[in-house]
Amino acid sequence: MNLYTFLQNLINGLSLGSLYALIAIGYTMVYGILRLINFAHGDVFMMAVYFAFFLVTLGKVPWLISFVIAILAAALLGFTIDRVAYKPIRNAPRVSALITAIGVSFFLESFAVVVFSGIPRSFRNIYPKFLNNMLILGGHEEVKYGRNVIVGGLRIPIVSFVILIVTAIALVILWWIIYKTKIGMAMRAVSVDIPTTSLMGVNVDGVIGFTFALGSALAAIGGLLWATRYPQLWPYMGFMPGLKAFIAAVFGGIGSIQGAVVGGFLLGLTEIMLVGFFPKMAGYRDAFAFLILILILSVKPEGLLGKRSVVKV
Amino acid sequence: MKKFLIVFVVLASVLSLATIKIGVVLPMTGGIAAFGRMVWEGVEVAHELFPDVNGETIELTVFDNRSDKIEAANAVRRAIEVGKVNAILGEVASSYSLSGGAVAEEKKTPMVTPSSTNPLVTSGKKYVSRVCFIDPFQGWAAAILAHENLGVRNVAIFMDVEQDYAVGLANFFMQTFQELGGHVFFEYYKSGDQDFTAQISDAMLTGAEALFIPGYYQEIALIAIQARQLGFFGPLITGDGADAPETISIGGDAVNGLYFTTHYHPDSPAVTENAKLFLTKYKEKFNKTPAALSALGFDAYMVIRDAILRAGNTDREAIAQAIRTTSNFPGATGIINIDKEGNAVKSVAIVKIEDGQFKYDTTINPQ
Repeated sequence: MNLYTFLQNLINGLSLGSLYALIAIGYTMVYGILRLINFAHGDVFMMAVYFAFFLVTLGKVPWLISFVIAILAAALLGFTIDRVAYKPIRNAPRVSALITAIGVSFFLESFAVVVFSGIPRSFRNIYPKFLNNMLILGGHEEVKYGRNVIVGGLRIPIVSFVILIVTAIALVILWWIIYKTKIGMAMRAVSVDIPTTSLMGVNVDGVIGFTFALGSALAAIGGLLWATRYPQLWPYMGFMPGLKAFIAAVFGGIGSIQGAVVGGFLLGLTEIMLVGFFPKMAGYRDAFAFLILILILSVKPEGLLGKRSVVKV
Repeated sequence: MKKFLIVFVVLASVLSLATIKIGVVLPMTGGIAAFGRMVWEGVEVAHELFPDVNGETIELTVFDNRSDKIEAANAVRRAIEVGKVNAILGEVASSYSLSGGAVAEEKKTPMVTPSSTNPLVTSGKKYVSRVCFIDPFQGWAAAILAHENLGVRNVAIFMDVEQDYAVGLANFFMQTFQELGGHVFFEYYKSGDQDFTAQISDAMLTGAEALFIPGYYQEIALIAIQARQLGFFGPLITGDGADAPETISIGGDAVNGLYFTTHYHPDSPAVTENAKLFLTKYKEKFNKTPAALSALGFDAYMVIRDAILRAGNTDREAIAQAIRTTSNFPGATGIINIDKEGNAVKSVAIVKIEDGQFKYDTTINPQ
């Protein structure tokens, strides 16, 4: 591998990693507050993308407004899922909620297959063209196959800059909500001890519902940006990214938002570098991500940035 | 009451014997649902034009294999055990025809696949046949296209390691291309992958002049987009997996200039009576030009029907044998001869994507 390819792979890895980071933030926040691994996270993002798609194509709503509405709709969906699927088993052992989350995931995927059909749809015409472009550093102009193109040079997807900016804004807003508002205080209280929090007069169910809505909104933002980078919609589109985000969150320290960001970038980088250095292993890249999960759980289960906690019996 | 029930059951079974049942096993949902839909459209056209044979109505039941290998076998099993079909029309992808075909063979039920091109689908079997060419021929034609027509010497083959079709076609392409003096190397991916940037960068590093992508349209479209984004402007060549409108709708400008080998294009010159009939009826019914898979679905139905006609009865064994002796049958995709191994010898149509349309380029005939 030469320097140029290495740098390009670095850019591609960070670009992919930025998406994993954004999706992982929502995942880790829900876990941090509720100790629930919301396996339906990736599927909520899929629903949000379909929603935006139909708003633009059928409703003829401008794309930015569609995106905002889709994010709000995802928040509502998250809240509803909590009410319908998780609230009734609030007092059951945690594994029940985990299994229910898997059930919700299957339900959303099958729902999408039946209602939207399994045929993939294009997201390319939904957002403005410039988001599909690359920022080209270096290179030179040539005429190839009858067209004026730029050959060589490092290429950075413009949408990656957008993702970084959106991630930064999301982090700031999240930090503000959690540390500077009353509901945020309630969320932090719920994450420590639910019965005592409710004794303090806090509407615990409402706070949990809000947490899910917030997590789902983050999933939707991640999903819409994912679809902008990889403009293909299909019912299972959120499945693997959701799982990778889960791995990223665990890798960085589940419950820690900084951990999710670090984990996301590291996972994206390792995935691309694996294929870059060992192209023959490209078929194993997903397996490799899960290998990282197993390794981190065996060696440092609290993740890179997490703190080891001892549960006193 | 009991007597009435007995009479009713006997009548029902006799009446159900009077219709010929064909189980249509297709991917109606899932990754290659577009293919399932296209085949089904062709089958519908054929069924409307020729709804019966030997005085009996042909009844079609669709079984969705959900683009899944395990479901592919289950769907065929359901069609045979529950649907009690006389023959199976399906499946689309070689991986699913392999999985479902094993069941059809075990249950001694004739099966005709419209589009599975991997040779393993029929090899060693008596009951599974196809109306399309096989991949050794398609790979050879694609290599000729790359080496002779497009003049490239160094090709990166993007192989989907999960699909039998892709693995087979990649290897057949490689054999001929190397014999012609060209050089290939492989990049790997899996069905469902969305990021191909690392593989494309590696292909560019190793000096690929063209990419050969013998996979399915979902990944082809994304690979094309990412290749152009990363600054690879060489020709893109694929097999018949690109023959779906989604390649263009998702790929957009990135797939303009892409060449692929396929079974049929409405503008290709070899035209039979059935081809004209199919084209007219399809346009009338769906208001668009048909894709190769629709023409193949039409042909699969027609070949099964013709076999039943010649067999003279609905015995599965007789139908299976009659299918294998199909000779000079005028299909929508050309003259169909099915050999003893259950394979059809056909020509390859080369199609180029230009200005967001599928344009007929040329035909490569078998030697």
